[in-house]
Amino acid sequence: MNRKLFLSGRFFLLLFAMFGIILSGCNRGPKTEGEGSGEFEASGTLNAETQEQLNTAKRIFYSLPSPLETAMLIKNAGAEYNEDLMNPTSNTSKYITSKSKALNLGIYSTDLSYASLFDQSQATLDYIGAAKEMADGLNIMDAIDEATVNKLEEQINNRDAIIDIISETLMNSSSFLKENDLEGTASVILVGGWIEGLYIATNLVDENNLDNNKLVERIVDQKLSLDIMINLLEASPEDQDAQAVMEDVRALNKIFDKITIDQGEVTPVEDPETNVTTLKSESSIKITSRVFSELKSKVIEIRSRYIS
Amino acid sequence: MTKKGLLFISLVVCMFTLPMAINAQCKQFAKNTCKAGLEPYQHDGNYHAALLIEGEEAELYKTFYSDREYRIGVCGANNLEAIEFKVVDTRNGKVLYDNSLNDFEWKWDFNLESSQQLKILVKVPVPDGNIEEPAEGCVAIMFGSKDD
Repeated sequence: MNRKLFLSGRFFLLLFAMFGIILSGCNRGPKTEGEGSGEFEASGTLNAETQEQLNTAKRIFYSLPSPLETAMLIKNAGAEYNEDLMNPTSNTSKYITSKSKALNLGIYSTDLSYASLFDQSQATLDYIGAAKEMADGLNIMDAIDEATVNKLEEQINNRDAIIDIISETLMNSSSFLKENDLEGTASVILVGGWIEGLYIATNLVDENNLDNNKLVERIVDQKLSLDIMINLLEASPEDQDAQAVMEDVRALNKIFDKITIDQGEVTPVEDPETNVTTLKSESSIKITSRVFSELKSKVIEIRSRYIS
Repeated sequence: MTKKGLLFISLVVCMFTLPMAINAQCKQFAKNTCKAGLEPYQHDGNYHAALLIEGEEAELYKTFYSDREYRIGVCGANNLEAIEFKVVDTRNGKVLYDNSLNDFEWKWDFNLESSQQLKILVKVPVPDGNIEEPAEGCVAIMFGSKDD
């Protein structure tokens, strides 16, 4: 290395600039203005300037059900497998814009998870291919590479291994997008996956049997995630795709407002033998046939726009 | 090209690649340390990790469903003190779990009688004494679940 240059002031200026950019480039996640929670007790002390910075900005994460979790919830509620409800893989060539690719990456990821949870080997292989096409189209590097597809083919009769592979691909996509400041795209993918879950679930429900129906409860539970979804999309105000799907989420929110969830106080009770805590609480839901039909129709309308 | 030119290009390349390398390390940390510890619960595929400094707080909002068993894992890099976290009912702020009352255990296993939106509050503790240069490290919040 050039010793003179190394020791020159210009070098230190460059070094300083480099560290400045490195620090600003660290993906620190979405932040919001607000007071420190004050809910944690202080131990050591920071210098005043650092403490003031920490008091005025807190990192906020909004976590939506992933396509895998959505499919797990559907299956856990006793739903059946119906391939006709999935977005045909022959549709992949229709998706040209970044918005349609992101939405359908979420949709195909939910379909993939749904098929794999029901041990549908061929559909699982077909849908990993469709999801890969969408991820490649969005330049999400290494989320679903050839090695992943090969691994899935090798493990096609091992459901646990397949679920692990799907979980891994979802995490790879999510981390890649967040590390590259594409939080808006990550949100649109999640909304696509969530809409697909709602579409499958609402279409599997027998509308003459809404009471004491586990699948209906799961659909109603989605009301609890709507403000999280809106906050997540609002965190990317500059992302046009995220703002475009926001309109659909707000329209669904209006319908979910007609559904009542009454919840009592939550009391944690720990089992000393297993160290597992049960959050005890009572709750009841109210949804009329008319509101369910309205919700189902809106979901069908939104989903058909997304996949066309 | 002169040596100065080569050095300049090297520095510019470093400026853009180092943040990505740091983030990639954070992902590897989340995957190898936190995700691996979720077993036998199935990780949901979501990724929530960031570089935090000592004294910094974060919060995460998520809906948890009845009839499922969950594990929340909150992991911090080795250069940080054990991460503090609390789980709070978003409706009234009631603290449902506080790991500082459980030897700063990194994980919490629970199930719910009814679905709830919960908030996870996380803080990187400040070591005892006066800290001029707070340390920074990766902190990951991850979830696993299984059928009840």
